[in-house]
Amino acid sequence: MANKVLMKGNEAIAEAAIKAGCMHYFGYPITPQTEIAAYMAKKMPKIGGTFLQAESEIAAINMVYGVSAAGYRVMTSSSSPGISLKSEGLSYLAGADLPAVVINVQRGGPGLGGIQPSQSDYFQATRGGGHGDFHMIVLAPGSVQEMASLTVKGFELADKYRMTSMILADGTMGQMMEPVELDFEVAPAPNKPWATNGTKMQRKHNIVNSLSLIPEELEKFNFARYERYKQIEETEAMWEEYKVDDAEIIVTAYGIASRVTKNAVDEARKKGIKVGLIRPITVWPFPKKAYEKIVGKAKHIVCVELSMGQMIEDVKLSVECKVPVTLCNRAGGMIPSTEQVLAEIEKYAKGE
Amino acid sequence: MKTTKYLFSGFGGQGILFSGKFLAYKGLTDEKNVSWLPSYGPEMRGGTASCSVIVSDESIGSPIVDAPDVLIAMNLPSLDKFENTVRAGGTIILDSTLIDRKVNRTDVEVIYLPATRLASENNCPTLANMIIVGKLLKVTGEYDENSIEATLKKVISAKRADMLEVNKKAMEIGANYGD
Repeated sequence: MANKVLMKGNEAIAEAAIKAGCMHYFGYPITPQTEIAAYMAKKMPKIGGTFLQAESEIAAINMVYGVSAAGYRVMTSSSSPGISLKSEGLSYLAGADLPAVVINVQRGGPGLGGIQPSQSDYFQATRGGGHGDFHMIVLAPGSVQEMASLTVKGFELADKYRMTSMILADGTMGQMMEPVELDFEVAPAPNKPWATNGTKMQRKHNIVNSLSLIPEELEKFNFARYERYKQIEETEAMWEEYKVDDAEIIVTAYGIASRVTKNAVDEARKKGIKVGLIRPITVWPFPKKAYEKIVGKAKHIVCVELSMGQMIEDVKLSVECKVPVTLCNRAGGMIPSTEQVLAEIEKYAKGE
Repeated sequence: MKTTKYLFSGFGGQGILFSGKFLAYKGLTDEKNVSWLPSYGPEMRGGTASCSVIVSDESIGSPIVDAPDVLIAMNLPSLDKFENTVRAGGTIILDSTLIDRKVNRTDVEVIYLPATRLASENNCPTLANMIIVGKLLKVTGEYDENSIEATLKKVISAKRADMLEVNKKAMEIGANYGD
């Protein structure tokens, strides 16, 4: 425990980004993620990096585009309404095949909504996050430690596949403090021969662009990108299983909802109910295999979300509706209680 | 295997978040699992500020404390809001200088500590929160000077090192009060 420090989730993200070699951060304040910007504002000038509070979220994401095109690791962060403003930029990053890390510390919506935690941007994050055919790698931390480690992972994956990694957190994960260990191995950024960092008169110009007016070519880019996505779906899905082996009831949740759910699983186990938790760590790619494995074993799946039911669609698709899936939720900034989840588990354990 | 859930509450400026942070860091110092979760948002401006702290031998699930084992209430709105959430058999420690009513619950242990008065009498007017923490550690049997000192070194920045002794003193005052 000697190397552990207590940190807020937001601060852990910021420190992990710096450890991952991100020397450039662009952002705009919004609750509940502002500690990321505050941490960067304090730290970046001391280490020769860039902290820039942009004039808007749109400006910040386009600054990310520019720095990424120049070949550097770069990050921006925001919360739900701010991420909507960034969606044009997210689409352009995808169209230009540029790596970037974008943090969404979700709050209740729609609209300006509230500032309390939520998971209602799941569709927006996992279905691309902007116009056109594209995906982002979406990582969903379940602890402050994972806020840090998945940020590092996000940079590595972004560079590996030349795309955006999004950290899909929520207000609770951002605000809470837990012990975190920050001594991790970071894979160095790969060479980026495509970067627009000056030809030095020794090579042809590199062009980074998302405009492609010849449909035959644009189609080719799209097919090539989806070949990459297929590979990611096959190799990069991550999840945690908790007491799943003999489980007749499966509860599934990510982020803060998974923490509440874990308590409910422990309580239900004390009552002799065979229940387990599947916690997606990547929500795109969605860990389908985790759910395929339980078809024929589990009799019911409860999906716990801080939304009106978004991840539940991916769960249903993963089990091809062979196992009934129902929702246990709160919305608008409210968090389900352990008792609420436990009651739901007990209901299906009794076979109601 | 033991898990203790604390809820610290008061108004902004009383050091509610700091005292919660101290307790979390003390848990870390003592090699326990810990979590700290502040209330955040508009309710911090004026009304009740609170934070949830969990210290456990086991890994911690939800960091949210709905039913605290120990409630620290430093103003009346906090006691009004959280009194009924305390687990039966739990403990309420309140600042009796600022709260002039008694606790209605009969199934909890209550400690009335005039922390704000003790703080001003002892020339540390900003440390009523740490006087309460001192008492809290005393009643939970976790008042250990070595661990307290090690923890204070972590939560007080080097620039404010002069605050270390006075924090220690405040906790001692709280721990010894009523003995």
